[in-house]
Amino acid sequence: MTKMDNTTRYERLRERYMNGDLSRRRFLGLLGAAGAAYGLVTPYRALAQEVTEVRFDGWGGVVSEALRKYAFDPFEKETGMKVVDGTFGGSDEFLSRLKASQPGEFNIAHLSGVFDYARYADLGYASELNRDNIPNLELAIPKLVDVLAQYTDGKLSAVPYDYGTTGIAYNRAHISDEEAKEKGANLLIDDAYKGKIGGWAEWRTRVWMAALQTGQDPNDIQDMDAIWDAVRQHRDLALKYWTSGAELMSLLAEEEIYVTEAWSGRVYALQEQGHDIGYMDPKNGYGWQECMFVIKGSPMEACEELLNFMLSPETSIAVAEGQSYPPALDPQKVDLGDKIPELPAFDPTGTLDNLTFADPAYWNGHEADWSKTFGRVQKGY
Amino acid sequence: MSVEARERRQPWILLSPALTAITLLLFIPLVFIAVYSFWLRTATGADQVGFFLDNWQEALTDRFYRDILLYTLKIAAITTILCAVMGYPAAYFIARSKGNKAILLLLLMLPFWISYIIRTMSWINILGVSGALNTFLLWIGIIDEPLQMLYNQATVVLGLIHFLLPFMVLNVFVSLDGIDETLEDAANSLGATRWQAFLQVTLPLSLPGLAAGGLLCFVLGAGTYITPLVLGGPSDAMFANLVFEAIITQLNWPLGSALSLMLLVVLGLLVMVYNRYLGMAQLMKGLG
Repeated sequence: MTKMDNTTRYERLRERYMNGDLSRRRFLGLLGAAGAAYGLVTPYRALAQEVTEVRFDGWGGVVSEALRKYAFDPFEKETGMKVVDGTFGGSDEFLSRLKASQPGEFNIAHLSGVFDYARYADLGYASELNRDNIPNLELAIPKLVDVLAQYTDGKLSAVPYDYGTTGIAYNRAHISDEEAKEKGANLLIDDAYKGKIGGWAEWRTRVWMAALQTGQDPNDIQDMDAIWDAVRQHRDLALKYWTSGAELMSLLAEEEIYVTEAWSGRVYALQEQGHDIGYMDPKNGYGWQECMFVIKGSPMEACEELLNFMLSPETSIAVAEGQSYPPALDPQKVDLGDKIPELPAFDPTGTLDNLTFADPAYWNGHEADWSKTFGRVQKGY
Repeated sequence: MSVEARERRQPWILLSPALTAITLLLFIPLVFIAVYSFWLRTATGADQVGFFLDNWQEALTDRFYRDILLYTLKIAAITTILCAVMGYPAAYFIARSKGNKAILLLLLMLPFWISYIIRTMSWINILGVSGALNTFLLWIGIIDEPLQMLYNQATVVLGLIHFLLPFMVLNVFVSLDGIDETLEDAANSLGATRWQAFLQVTLPLSLPGLAAGGLLCFVLGAGTYITPLVLGGPSDAMFANLVFEAIITQLNWPLGSALSLMLLVVLGLLVMVYNRYLGMAQLMKGLG
């Protein structure tokens, strides 16, 4: 028996209607029923069909551009699979979208730090990657892989992809390198720059910077009152809390602000564009790694194929150069070329011992309380 | 079926697509939000299903939310008054113009063809340190240093006016356009000056349009979160920003639901007061 497609089915139905074999009401009723049935069945059909598309969500701006140009376009060309890329302003925002979505709607997310990996896993979004399908994972810095696997009992739900720091960015026309080095994170609460200071509207970064300003260990804060006072001090001097990397770059480039904490890669991108922006990592500066997290319910083999492609040295290095963050590839195993060793935060040893990462258990344990308090402090309380 | 029965059914048949859409897209989501507002957010970010009054207690008793709500209403009121002051003369001019009314109305509608976010962000290019206005002022030598004009309460109000002014002008225009112009002539012939005729005849007759425009501006202004986010400074958040933060940043959907319902109730009360004294018919005319 030959299968009838929907167009033929509709044409036959219409013919019967035109011939007077069907009443108008019956014709419209059948059309409506067909539409409803199609709508109900389509999501389940999609699960059973061959995967032709993978959804990726990331940070937008130069990061997305680099991924699109050096990873997704070549991947699509090589495999015929489509990568649909979306953007978000932060992993909290993406988590909210994920919460409202259907399983399989979102597949891979470019998440920050181990704390996001832990948080997403705690909320039940962890998948289980088959490492055999991602041979290029062997080329990654072991420390970056292990720290993820440890949290999910040896299983992996993500692959590390890049790392960087959140340091202090400053306009060299107004702040010298010496002054920045001397003052470090205290530049963000320097009265001399009132109205020319910026900051990310994210509780974790604000608390981290306040810990540096009050001389505390960011992973073991003892005096929270002092932290909130420092956050308030920064708020009162700040012109604007930025909410995305693109806004950060615009504020610095347009000289709306002279100093802010910033992501290393974004500052490097500004420097490459010819802006005289300095960057320094204060002692205990905020180090982070980013991973490609595969969300539970995603087509695993297709995602693994994409991740393996993205981790191949050729792709990974090209993306890293494009987005200005060092790749997760181990420099002891892979020749990373000339440009990557010049990027801020790059560690030639591959041990990453010079970076301070956020302790996921500590920060996630305070997330509910501190994010809410920051929301109030941010608005003048 | 009798003719009477058919006539009784006909309005419901015609209304059924709209009623279905309203039920599916407004009423049912609202019920979900109401149910959500009684749940709790756990420390991990997951929701605890149940009937808890904690979110409502927090939303109603915490000074933080009350203050931001009052600030939001204040900004919406300032914006509405300024829209009325600026919008009335524009609407009057359009209503009384003879040959080019259609072109003027088209010009009034033009901003709606551009995204609200793009329109809001355009102020960054105008008022920024390297924006058009500073560049011009520096060029003509009035200032030596760029002025810091962005990211404060004034720019939030400016952005809101930019967004809401056409709504005010349209509503007032509809009202003025329906007034018989000979009434002013009659007042003049009875000895009133043009100003007196306007104050005692035209203005009172156009008040329903002004009120409808005011209501729209106020409700839309009080519910916005894009403008303070893009053009506001650290302390310029409005109530909708709290809802956004609770739901998106803090993943606290139950509290966010309670806050959004709280704003809905406050603005709903305002609409009810308006409807009680002026009726919704004028608003429909303005929107149409």
